[in-house]
Amino acid sequence: MRLFAGLLARNRLALVGAVVLAAVAVLALLVPVLPVRAPNVTDTAARYLRPLSEGHLLGTDHLGRDLLSRLLWGTRLSLAVGFAAAVIAAVIGAALGIVAGYFGGRTDNLIMRGVDMLMAFPYILLALAIVAALGPGLLNALIAVAAVNVPFFARNIRGITVGIANREFVDAARLAGMGHWRIIWSEILPNVVPVIVIAMSTTIGWMILETAGLSFLGLGSQPPQADLGSMLGEARAALITAPHTSVVPGVMILIIVMSINLLGDGVRDALDPRLRSGALSRPMAATRVARDTVPEPQGDGILTLQALETQFHVGGRVYRAVNKVSLSVHPGECLGIIGESGSGKSVTALSVMGLVASPPGVITGGAARYRGDDLIGAPYETLRSLRGDRIAYIFQDPLATLHPLYRVGDQLAEAIRVHHPLGRAEAWARAVALLHSVRIPNPESRAKAYPHEMSGGMRQRVGIAMALANDPDVIIADEPTTALDVTVQAQILSLLDELRRARGLAIIFITHDFGVVAQLCDRVAVMYAGRIVEEGPTGVLLESPAHPYTRRLIDCVPELGAGRRRLAAIPGLPPAVDQLPPGCAFAPRCGRKQPACEAGEIGLEGSGARRVRCLYPEVEEP
Amino acid sequence: MTDALKLTELSKSFPVGKPLFGKPKAIVRAVRPVSLRVETGETLGIVGESGCGKSTLARMLVGLLPASTGSIEIEGEAQDTTDPAAFGRRIQYVFQDPISSLNPRKTIRQIIEAPLKLLHGMGRAERDTRLREILAAVNLREDFLTRYPHEFSGGQAQRIGIARALAANARILILDEPVSALDVSVQAQVLNLLADLKAELGLTYLFISHDLAVVEAVSDRVAVLYFGAVVEIGRAGDIFRQPRHPYTRLLADSAPVVGRPLRPPEGRETELPDPLNPPPGCSFAARCPYATDLCRTTEPPLTPMGETQLAACHHPITR
Repeated sequence: MRLFAGLLARNRLALVGAVVLAAVAVLALLVPVLPVRAPNVTDTAARYLRPLSEGHLLGTDHLGRDLLSRLLWGTRLSLAVGFAAAVIAAVIGAALGIVAGYFGGRTDNLIMRGVDMLMAFPYILLALAIVAALGPGLLNALIAVAAVNVPFFARNIRGITVGIANREFVDAARLAGMGHWRIIWSEILPNVVPVIVIAMSTTIGWMILETAGLSFLGLGSQPPQADLGSMLGEARAALITAPHTSVVPGVMILIIVMSINLLGDGVRDALDPRLRSGALSRPMAATRVARDTVPEPQGDGILTLQALETQFHVGGRVYRAVNKVSLSVHPGECLGIIGESGSGKSVTALSVMGLVASPPGVITGGAARYRGDDLIGAPYETLRSLRGDRIAYIFQDPLATLHPLYRVGDQLAEAIRVHHPLGRAEAWARAVALLHSVRIPNPESRAKAYPHEMSGGMRQRVGIAMALANDPDVIIADEPTTALDVTVQAQILSLLDELRRARGLAIIFITHDFGVVAQLCDRVAVMYAGRIVEEGPTGVLLESPAHPYTRRLIDCVPELGAGRRRLAAIPGLPPAVDQLPPGCAFAPRCGRKQPACEAGEIGLEGSGARRVRCLYPEVEEP
Repeated sequence: MTDALKLTELSKSFPVGKPLFGKPKAIVRAVRPVSLRVETGETLGIVGESGCGKSTLARMLVGLLPASTGSIEIEGEAQDTTDPAAFGRRIQYVFQDPISSLNPRKTIRQIIEAPLKLLHGMGRAERDTRLREILAAVNLREDFLTRYPHEFSGGQAQRIGIARALAANARILILDEPVSALDVSVQAQVLNLLADLKAELGLTYLFISHDLAVVEAVSDRVAVLYFGAVVEIGRAGDIFRQPRHPYTRLLADSAPVVGRPLRPPEGRETELPDPLNPPPGCSFAARCPYATDLCRTTEPPLTPMGETQLAACHHPITR
């Protein structure tokens, strides 16, 4: 709740709206005790007095009634009616929507077709018809406006409910013995309320306008009762001769609706989870770079990371996702980065091409050199020409990375044409050839398929073909087989292995699976809490791990053929990367911990390719 | 030993493209008739790849999906979901995704208390004692009770899910990929916790997973599912060491293992058959290196091979 208030207050316009609306509402509430004249007392001698006349601050209308008094009373009525209509529409609409969305099937069909029918009539015509049937009067106008707005709520809420009703926690509630109505009340409704509030806040202004419209037509409030619409209607005859009689209620309607809409937008932005955490600003095309010094070029790898540091700055907190990571990879080589979730392995990979979302991501130090040229802080155009051309990515979920509305062949052809001036037909032919090279059967016909028509394994092949489209030098594969079945995984791995040998590709392979690393990678780097804790040739590292974390992590992996047993576990959890302890981040979970481990920075020491960040490694000579 | 669970010819079909009135356009058979028994106190592992029907099977067992044909017996009595409270006290479910199975707008106390209140009708004081017991059993601190699910890591959230299942005090737990969303170091914590709980409380588990090594480590017996049917079932130690069905062997050979060189385990397309147009005969025939004409025309029944193993194959592997 405090978060909500904070987010709302950050939005200046919403704050203005809230203040104005509060002022109007307070005035409207206090009318009965304010020292204003009675609203319905006529004084034909003092007709059409101009504003600022003696005794009548805003002047008088065609019957000599005090406009200020009528305005305040009218505002009170209009606000009450608009608000009541919104609440009624929201309650009925949300109830229909929740019932339709939760029960689904025929119930859903019947309710929603009924709602559709209501929506098929033009808005104002339907309201007019309802008032015509019920007879004029403010209460009937309220009913009409509410009825007309029910479909909006019903459709909105139904969509949300369908999503929630299929979530696992609803199944869990059912197994906990809850009946349908209790589930709706205690599981669904709390998750739907924010959406109802959002929908209300954006429509209440509209409903006030509609009520005013009906009153303007003489179908709402009846004389002598004043509301903003009927005041406008009565003033219409004197629009030219006494414009103030129309301007006064008109301005009030403008103020009310404007302030409600500003506030409503603010409420929506603050409640909408997608817009939370300051994500209202658009991400930049490349990650923001804020580093003091650029390290000197070193090493001869085709892609070299030097002390790369990437952080996330979220509301005063600094998450050190990647903490001085140095790596390098050579042509034809496969380097594995292994680590658990949150270890920073993916952020490392994304930082290379400036793909970390900014805000909140910031690259605060180090360099990433491709053939000696620093990519960190390179102009966007340079990055863009390298992305997907020289350095390509393969992501975990091909369904999320392929565009659902284009044929895979077209997407491949586009990837080629972005970097090479090829004709459409030529690019298509190349796309088919690529699909063939990743062993997709019948590439000619498969190129015409949409992503959803393919299986997970086939889609990942397309993802690999996409990465190969421009014959890159480096492929960064971020858990490319995690979402796949084991039989498919084995095929994708052997495909990648073959490709790198045949084309001299350098592959950086990110995974959490030791089995995969052992089969594919020449060298491995183990990451923990944003840092490399150990690196070395795969065989040696897996055979005799030097860092206690590596050894214990390997012990955790169950291996087929060992029979029924207790598995080794690492007690505790990895540290949050915004509160890293001084010294070794693994120390709190480590069995070999000594006081020195928690004293200060520990370097990545070793000779040749083998290095470990530990004062008391498991093997003497790493 | 009595059977905790007994499935007889259980199957599930989903209609596809059903109009408002009238018949659906096609029918997908997610689970083809399956007969299984799980003894009291046993852990039966169910292995299979995505789309093999393992989750559908689990959801039928806990009454979240009605079965199309066949019957389920729970502790000797036919499955009866008319009284949700009585049913919930018999069998419970642990979900795959620990975060999405917890209502984001409820505190941990509210989540774990629901079964105590609704299934057992406990009073406030009684609930508090029981809550404390349950939390201690799953190694969670009591101050977690007032927090909301998003404040927890995956491993902690999964323990909360297990705590909720324990609160129902059911003797049978269906574990649907309970550790596949967790990191390996945490996965082991949860698996060991499950083993301890089972020993302590005498529970029966049906453990579903796609990870053969995990299933082997926790199960007494394992059933391998392919395309909605059991293709092989046997003791956990034997089934992967000496698979009879070529699909089991393929699975075992595909798992990446440290020290085994990389090679594609099969040359042919690894697509599952089209569920809208299932092939006659063995559904694995198109991928099978031993397939003959017999396999492509006649569906092999599940037949005993060896002492405890059964496989549905015309040409089982003999070694």
